[in-house]
Amino acid sequence: MNYFLTEEQQMIKDLAAKIAAEKISPLTAKYDEEGIFPHEIVKALGEADLFRVFIPEEYEGLGGGVFEMALVVEELSRVCGGIALAYAASGLGTIPIILFGSDEQKKKYLPRLASGETLAAFALTEAGAGSDASAIRTTAKKDGDSYVITGTKQWITNGGEAEIYTVIALTDPDRGARGSSAIIVERDTPGFTFGKKEDKMGIRASATRELIFDECRVPAGQLLGKEGMGFLVAMKTFDQSRPGVAAQAVGIAQGALDKAVAYSNERKQFGKPISSFQGLQFMLADMATQVEAARALTYQVARNVDAGEKNLAGISAMAKVMASDTAMKVTTDAVQVFGGYGYMREYPVEKMMRDAKITQIYEGTNQIQREVIAMNLIKEQIRGKK
Amino acid sequence: MSDSRMEQPLNLRLAVCIKQVPDTTNIRINPETNTLMREGVASIINPFDMYALEEALRLKERYGGTVTVISMGPPQAEAALRDALSFGPDKAVLLSDRAFAGADTLATSLTLSAALKKLGPFDVILAGKQAMDGDTGQVGPGIAENLGIPHVTEIRRIEAIAEDRRITVQRLLEDGYVRLRAALPVLLTVVKEINEPRLPSLRGKMNAKKAEIPRWTAEELGLKPEETGLNGSPTQVMKIFTPPKPEGGKLFKGEVKESVATLLSELTGAGILLGKGRGGAR
Ligand SMILES: Cc1cc2nc3c(=O)[nH]c(=O)nc-3n(C[C@H](O)[C@H](O)[C@H](O)COP(=O)(O)OP(=O)(O)OC[C@H]3O[C@@H](n4cnc5c(N)ncnc54)[C@H](O)[C@@H]3O)c2cc1C
Repeated sequence: MNYFLTEEQQMIKDLAAKIAAEKISPLTAKYDEEGIFPHEIVKALGEADLFRVFIPEEYEGLGGGVFEMALVVEELSRVCGGIALAYAASGLGTIPIILFGSDEQKKKYLPRLASGETLAAFALTEAGAGSDASAIRTTAKKDGDSYVITGTKQWITNGGEAEIYTVIALTDPDRGARGSSAIIVERDTPGFTFGKKEDKMGIRASATRELIFDECRVPAGQLLGKEGMGFLVAMKTFDQSRPGVAAQAVGIAQGALDKAVAYSNERKQFGKPISSFQGLQFMLADMATQVEAARALTYQVARNVDAGEKNLAGISAMAKVMASDTAMKVTTDAVQVFGGYGYMREYPVEKMMRDAKITQIYEGTNQIQREVIAMNLIKEQIRGKK
Repeated sequence: MSDSRMEQPLNLRLAVCIKQVPDTTNIRINPETNTLMREGVASIINPFDMYALEEALRLKERYGGTVTVISMGPPQAEAALRDALSFGPDKAVLLSDRAFAGADTLATSLTLSAALKKLGPFDVILAGKQAMDGDTGQVGPGIAENLGIPHVTEIRRIEAIAEDRRITVQRLLEDGYVRLRAALPVLLTVVKEINEPRLPSLRGKMNAKKAEIPRWTAEELGLKPEETGLNGSPTQVMKIFTPPKPEGGKLFKGEVKESVATLLSELTGAGILLGKGRGGAR
C-alpha cells in the first residue's frame, strides 16, 4: 500500500532496508543462536545517519520524529527483530531527553546519540515492579549537589552496551509514584555496575541486563524535568515509543509473511506448489491483510505523535496491541505454512515467532495496554456526558 | 570524517574517474539478436569504480585533502555522479557533449585527461581496473600517458604515502602480489580486493541531492572535434557477437596419474601435442 512517504522518508526507509539486507541478514541466524550483541550493525547505522532521523536538527539530528524512527525499526525488524532492538531501545532511551531535557542536557547528550557512537537505554522495571511500576524501590537521595542512587533495575534492554541511561527512581519514597524522578546516569559512574545477562527465548541478539546502583552519586543537574515527575516522564516516553514497538512487530510480521509466500510457491505436495491450495491461500490472505492493517494503524499513530497530538496514550496503546498481536499470529501462521520445516532451527520462521512474542510483553503488556485503551474510552464517555 | 584516523596531513588532491554502466546483475540478452536488452535496466556506477572512490575517500581520511569525481557520459550520467557524491567526495564534474558520443578508449582517455588538467593538478588519480561493459582496462593507463605521469594497474592495497610523497602499493598478480613504490603524482587502477566500499549516509544523500554538478562540453575542455567521440576514435567495431558455445568436450576422470597419461596420449594422437622425442625442450 502507498503511504505517501516524502522523498526523505523514502530515502530513510531504503537505506535501512539496504543495511538490513546487506549487513544484518548474514548475521541474523548466528547472532540469534549465540546471543551476540550487534556492535558492527550499530556502527553501520550510525555511519548511515539513521540515529539522526528522530533527533531535532539543532542537536545534529535530521529533524524527523517517531514516524521516521518507526520506518527504520520496521525495515531492520523485517530481517532481525533482535538486532533492530539495539536501535529501537536507544530510541526509547533518547525520547525522555528530547521531551524533558534542558537545553544543556540536550546539548550534552543528543549529538552523541545522533551520531550513533553512543547508545541510550531506559530503566524502569525492577524484580517486584513490572506492570505495577509504582512498586519500584530504587531510591535517589538528594545529598548536597548530587543524587545518590541505590537499587537494582531488571531486564534493561541495551544494559551494559548503552552509555546513557534514563533511570526512574524514588526521590521521595514516602510519596510513592508521585515521589519518583527521572535521572540521566552515565555508564562509567562509580557505584553503577551491571549484573545478570538474560538468556532469552527470542530477540537474542539484544542485550537484556540488570543495572545495579550501589550509592551511585550523580550531579543534581542530571535530573530530567523536576523532582516528582518520574512517572510522567515514563508515561509520556511510552506514549511516543510504543509506535516503535508496533513498528518492530510489523517488521517481524512482514518478514514472516515474505518467507511464507516464497516458501508456499516453492514447496510441492500432491504434485503442486502448496500455494495452489485454497486452505493455504486463505491463510496467506489473512496474514497479509492483518500486516497491512497493523502497519496502517502504526503509521497513522506515529504521524499523530509527530503532529503534536495531546492525548496519545490510547491510540499509542492501540498501535502496540494491534501490531504485536498481529506479529504473534502471523509468525505462528508462517510456521504453519512451512509445516515441519517451519519448526526447525534451520529455517528462519521459528526465530521470527520467538522474536514476535516479546512485543506483546514489553513496554507494557498487552493486558495493560488494553486497560489504558479502556480507561480512555470510559473517561471520554463520562467527559462527553458532562 | 574524524581527524583521529589521519596518519599525517599531506593535503592530497585526489581524483576519481567513474563510468555509468548498465546493471548487468539483472541484464538479459535477446537470444535472437544477441544484443543487450537495455529497456528497464537500471544504471549503476561501474562496480570497480566504487572501490576506487572508496579508496580515495580513505586516502582523504588518512592524509587529508579533497576528492573530485569526474565522469564522461550522456546527460543521464549525472545520476551516477550524484550517487557518488552521497558517499562524501567534495566535488563532481560531468563531461557531456554530443561530440563525445561513440568514443573509444583513446578518445575517452583524452577527454578525461583534458578535464583532469583543467581541474588539477592532482596527486593521485584513481580508477577501477576496467569498466564492466567494455572490459578493456585501457582508459586508466591512457590518462596517465596523456598526463605524463606514472601509473600502476590492478592495485590491491595502498600501503602508505610517505612524507617525501612516495606511495607504496601492492599490485595484484595471478599468484601473489608485487610491492611497488612510485612518486606522486600517480594514476592507480584498483581491483575489488582493495576494500569494502562504505554505505551512503543520509546526510550525504541529502547533500548530494542539492549539489551542483557542472557539465563541461568539448569546447570548455578546449578539445577539437576530431579529438573526441567517434571522430577521435581509431577503434572501429566491425561486429559484436556472442562466441558460439564450445561443443562436446571430454572429461578425464579417475586417478590423476592415469587420466593425465590418457589425456596426453589423446592429445598427441590428435596431433595437438608433439610426441615424445620429437620436441626436445620440456
Ligand atoms: C526482553 C525484555 C526486555 C525488557 N526491556 C526493558 C527495558 O528496557 N526497560 C524497562 O524498564 N523494562 C524492560 N522490560 C520489562 C517489561 O517492560 C516488563 O516485563 C513488563 O512491563 C511486564 O512486567 P512483568 O514482566 O513484571 O510482568 P507482570 O507485571 O508480573 O505481569 C504478569 C502477567 O500479569 C498480567 N497483569 C499484571 N497486572 C495486570 C492487571 N492490572 N490487569 C491485567 N493483567 C495484569 C500481565 O499482563 C502479565 O500477563 C523488559 C522485559 C523483557 C522481557
